[in-house]
Amino acid sequence: MMTKPKVIWLQGASCNGNSHAFFNYPYLKTLLQAFDFLYHPLLPSPLPLASIVNDYSITCDILIFEGSVDAKFNRAGLSSDTLLQRFDGRAKTIIAAGTCASFGGIFSENDQNTSGILYRHEQPLNKPLISQSDVINLPGCPVHPHNLATILLALKANQPIPLDTMHRPKEIYAHTVHQGCSRSEYFEWKVDAKSFGHKEGCLFYEQGCRAPMTHGNCNLVLWNEVNSKPRAGIPCFGCTDPKFPNFSFFHTPKNMSIPAEIPLDVSKRAYLTISGIAKTFSIPRLKKRLLDD
Amino acid sequence: MRRSKESKKIDIIKTALRLFSKRGFYTTTIPEIAKAMSMSAGNFYNYFSSKEKLAEEIIRYISEYLATKIRTINESPHLSTKEKIREIVHIYFQIAIEEPEMLDFFLRIYLSNREIYKERCQGITCIMAFVTELMIFFDDGVQKGDLRNQNFFSAFGLFMGYLGGMVFLNGEAILPEPLESYEESITENIYRALKNDDQA
Repeated sequence: MMTKPKVIWLQGASCNGNSHAFFNYPYLKTLLQAFDFLYHPLLPSPLPLASIVNDYSITCDILIFEGSVDAKFNRAGLSSDTLLQRFDGRAKTIIAAGTCASFGGIFSENDQNTSGILYRHEQPLNKPLISQSDVINLPGCPVHPHNLATILLALKANQPIPLDTMHRPKEIYAHTVHQGCSRSEYFEWKVDAKSFGHKEGCLFYEQGCRAPMTHGNCNLVLWNEVNSKPRAGIPCFGCTDPKFPNFSFFHTPKNMSIPAEIPLDVSKRAYLTISGIAKTFSIPRLKKRLLDD
Repeated sequence: MRRSKESKKIDIIKTALRLFSKRGFYTTTIPEIAKAMSMSAGNFYNYFSSKEKLAEEIIRYISEYLATKIRTINESPHLSTKEKIREIVHIYFQIAIEEPEMLDFFLRIYLSNREIYKERCQGITCIMAFVTELMIFFDDGVQKGDLRNQNFFSAFGLFMGYLGGMVFLNGEAILPEPLESYEESITENIYRALKNDDQA
């Protein structure tokens, strides 16, 4: 019988969002049985945090770190950067769960000294906090529990996890959130959504949808197994992006009617030409409500 | 071989533009265009399947021609937004003076005879290359804080409507001064109308 990998879940400055998303994973019970969870701040744990961090004989296969790294933020009498560094080399793999742990997130917006484990926004840290353990970034606000479970199970099975240049698993983050969007036909023909929460229209042109600029799989691996924000009629906020949440929510910034940001790696000239032509064609089917009253 | 066919098509377009400008679009026949090209009418159809197809290719050609020139201006990082306006005004008027048949076709045939283009060039499809370069210009101007952020077509209409109007007046011999003498004042007017008043 395969031994259960030992897992420790720690928090820096955090809203608990990644934990709560994780608890909503439909197969949580089965997943937890596959691992030996030594510590989670919100679950009954066999050892107190102080023992876990101060007893160097305690090691783990996987450390899950949630929240941003902030020297002013203490847990068990240790600042969160010291807390994290206690596990450099003691944990075989460190998973940065969520955008705060990956890139600093909202806590780093107004604080130059707050960061993710390896990055502050898009910039690698001058002095990396972790150098001996492998780090996997799983950005998201929160990280999708299915993605976290996928990586945990891949680590358990010793499967290779190809990463991109920002330490994100390509399997998850090589996509853009736009891929799989149920509204893609409206995007192609440049038909705007007229309001939030409707089934019709694309949210990119007016409502600030960041799906075409954001790495993630929200429209391929659905939330609660049923939906995604764009599918439900709410724009993607770009929550996996290193710059999140420094965006204009619910509103597309434009220069003379032209979106200030266009889909990833697309030349503005090409985008404007194609979208301008697409806009010309008025397609009655796409202008109508899908379900007429 | 393919390149030679393309260059022949451009020769036909230029010849047709001259004839349309002189005799009008509807009164100029395909045999007349073919004759001016020293080719048979039958051979003409190897290049364009109809007069409407020729009209479509002409407007695409004019659009690409203007777009290429504006693109050069857009991709000149040393030019300020106002200098770019001046350059766009200049090349537009230069074309009006040196190749009047081109803008003549644009203003008098494309814009005035939409029935020819209804099926082939819905909306701005056939002039998208030209419109795109204006979009790039406006986007860049707003990004730099030089131009006021506003609706694209309000700005586009002000800019190109103005230039088209002046070229039209020039074509009708109404302007008392040579067209190029208005470049500086028109540049100033367009800049003042579009500039960002919040700029420091």
